Amino acid sequence: MIHAFPFSAIVGQDAMKQAMVLTAIDAGIGGVLVFGDRGTGKSTAVRGLAALLPTIQAVKGCPVNSESVATIPDWANVIERDVVEKPTPVVDLPLGATEDRVVGALDIEKALAKGEKAFEAGLLARANRGYLYIDEVNLLEDHLVDLLLDVAQSGENVVEREGLSIRHPARFVLVGSGNPEEGELRPQLLDRFGLSVEVKSPKDIETRVAVIKRRDAYDRDRAGFVKSWAKADAAIRKAIITARKRLPKVKTPEAVLQDCAALCLALGSDGLRGELTLLRAARAQAAFEGASEITRDHLRAVAPMALSHRLRRDPLDEAGSTARVIRSVETVLV
Amino acid sequence: MTTPQERWGNINLALALFAIDPAPLGGIWLRARIGPARDRMIQSLNNVLETDILQRIHPNIQDDALYGGLDMSASLATGRPVHTAGVLQKPGPLVLTMAERAEQGLLARLGTALDAEQGLSIIAVDEAADPSEGLGRALSDRLALHLDLDGIPHSVATNLEFDLPALREARAHLPLVQNGPDDDRDLCMVAEALGITSLRAVHHALRLARHSAALMGADQVEQPDLQLAVELVLAPRATQLPEHSASEDQDTPPPPEMSEPDAHSDQDRPQTDGEDMPPVDALIEAAKAMLPPDLLARLAATRAARQSKGSTGTGHKKKGNHRGRPIASRSGTLGGGARLDLIATLRAAVPWQGLRSVSSPKKPKGLHIRKSDLRVKRFQESSDRAIIFVVDASGSSAMSRMAEAKGAIELLLAEAYARRDHVALVAFRGHGSDVLLAPTRSLVQTKRRLQELPGGGGTPLASGLKSALQLARLSAAKGMTPSIALLTDGRANIALDGSANRTQASADAQQMARAVRGEGIPAIVIDTGARPTRGLDGLAQDMGATYLPLPRADAKSLSAAVEAALPLP
Repeated sequence: MIHAFPFSAIVGQDAMKQAMVLTAIDAGIGGVLVFGDRGTGKSTAVRGLAALLPTIQAVKGCPVNSESVATIPDWANVIERDVVEKPTPVVDLPLGATEDRVVGALDIEKALAKGEKAFEAGLLARANRGYLYIDEVNLLEDHLVDLLLDVAQSGENVVEREGLSIRHPARFVLVGSGNPEEGELRPQLLDRFGLSVEVKSPKDIETRVAVIKRRDAYDRDRAGFVKSWAKADAAIRKAIITARKRLPKVKTPEAVLQDCAALCLALGSDGLRGELTLLRAARAQAAFEGASEITRDHLRAVAPMALSHRLRRDPLDEAGSTARVIRSVETVLV
Repeated sequence: MTTPQERWGNINLALALFAIDPAPLGGIWLRARIGPARDRMIQSLNNVLETDILQRIHPNIQDDALYGGLDMSASLATGRPVHTAGVLQKPGPLVLTMAERAEQGLLARLGTALDAEQGLSIIAVDEAADPSEGLGRALSDRLALHLDLDGIPHSVATNLEFDLPALREARAHLPLVQNGPDDDRDLCMVAEALGITSLRAVHHALRLARHSAALMGADQVEQPDLQLAVELVLAPRATQLPEHSASEDQDTPPPPEMSEPDAHSDQDRPQTDGEDMPPVDALIEAAKAMLPPDLLARLAATRAARQSKGSTGTGHKKKGNHRGRPIASRSGTLGGGARLDLIATLRAAVPWQGLRSVSSPKKPKGLHIRKSDLRVKRFQESSDRAIIFVVDASGSSAMSRMAEAKGAIELLLAEAYARRDHVALVAFRGHGSDVLLAPTRSLVQTKRRLQELPGGGGTPLASGLKSALQLARLSAAKGMTPSIALLTDGRANIALDGSANRTQASADAQQMARAVRGEGIPAIVIDTGARPTRGLDGLAQDMGATYLPLPRADAKSLSAAVEAALPLP
């Protein structure tokens, strides 16, 4: 896609955009889970973000987008030695993809035709240093989701099969989307996504008209439309780059740690992942806003997306967990 | 409602508009059983698109056919890699036959290919017999035109006629066509009134209106173009009637031509904000004329299936060669995610090496491996369990212990959730039974349906069991292991034919119960009456089911009993 729909031109869906920008600032936050209706711009946002992100330096032809020649994995037969600029990779993982395609497997073609034992890199390798986007993640087979989350967390893909023993870096931001009415994710998996947001079709006419207007303008003149939004996109890009630089310098006051713990205790979220993600997301938010230290406002801004999917929930409880988080935030952070 | 002639005319027009520039419209969702009307239509598609032959794909198409890949048998025969081109790499319309059988994975791939906007368009031919199956929304949402050939008789389906030179002119003219300033707003409001949430629909309508204007040779989209777009794109997607008084709508079919929109604007005003304009009302009227008369009935029928699992007719297939306990590999071809068992393949090839090197001296070095040597891995996996709850919602139940029965179901649901079972819900009351929910894992849905469950009327036990049995067969066909949990408090008093005949009713119930046992479906009968009902244990025996009177059962023993009665697969 040469002209992706500009990220800044997406109408509304602020929580989703915010979550994606935060992961672009600090990939360590973990993946983003976007749950909601069809046709709400989930995939558009992912592609738009990729187009907006600064390019990466990678060795030409390297299957895992290695940064320098020294870091190319030894199994990869990379002849080129040039380091080129590449757009941030965004890899789609289609439903029904086999484990072989995802993690990589023995290269059958080489094995049968030439009798060589070679490794054919999978989608995880291609997504290294970028984004892996899974539409309808809730319909993906459980064992694949397990595998993906494992790799996303460890940042390394280990393949031990068919006489191959191979490992390569696979650091990517996992973006999953889906419609909860068509099936749910196991709570264990929910917990391992860093952030989660709910998107809904806009309900008021004005917003809907605005969406249609922009989309139609984009269709009629791609290059022109992208150009007219280039400035807004560039502003976000700049903010992300500045925030990345500022991130290590953002201070974390003791009181904020206390707040994080108090909040997670009040919500009864399991484990410590909630606190950690909340803290990282708040830090990224602070860096994005140009603050020198994390404040309660930053916590407030990210608490719903960092915690709403971690509540120990009654499987039959339909009340929105986002509402519960907001309520707790109000009572704890007074 | 429009006549078949008018509908056929509309289809003719729709195809012409589609042919002007297929790619931006995404494609056509064609609901049609095999018949002359469909054949004529596909035939004329060839003419109007000016293609020699339309590329066809089928639901079981493999990835290498879609995207191109290595031709394994040709590669083995020649000893060098031979690649094939994929159908998605060529622009132009594709016909997806038997679209109702397409799996989520294929739909997702096709949807992604359409989103890439490389000139691809898809004509999905859906032969679904039942509203509960049909093309999945992942794809249907991306196709602008939804056409239904149902009810168009042979005599009406004449040859479709197209003015090809005019279409070519329109194609050239299309980039110049402008939309009016308020078109998008009008269409948004119509979509709102029809209960269409997806914004893609509005967007498609906007594009189709431009196609229509181009066909007219106009530079500006006018009201008739919008009206046509509403009729062809928005009306088939309606999920509600524009007005909320459905009764009045049935006997007063409004005329499609709106000469005086103002006269109707007062009573026909949809429940949006107060500033909508006459053109919107006219458009809504146009949409209403196109709505199928049985819209509400159809919606009710599709809702149960649609909301449970994205509405495809296929279920979770058993992936015989992906995971589970490994079993012996067998010969077969690669593709479709099958994994090569290298050792077994080599073992199969070894005995022939001597012979083959003699017979094909051109390839002296290396192993000689033929297609027949390939062995693929196989795995055995146990299937998912589907628990079908058959709930008695008759008068006596509703009065006495409905709440407790619901409590018991919720308890079982929570159990099912923990084990990732599929859950289906059948309720029987009055004169028949309803499938409230096809097998799903979404508990939110199940609980909502349960809460909405109305009560009252007779006890058509046989009908409830019959629906459950059908559902059980269906889920077994989809690779699940069904079991039935029947919750009732009384004896059957409505027979299968709907008559209130107690003797016949209990004979029917007994027969259905035996049928359940005959199919070998594990079952449990939970007696929700205030005291154990006489005769229900006999029915349980007929079903080969465990009988459990609820009065004596607390939550714990209930779940234990269900666990014991419906064993894990």
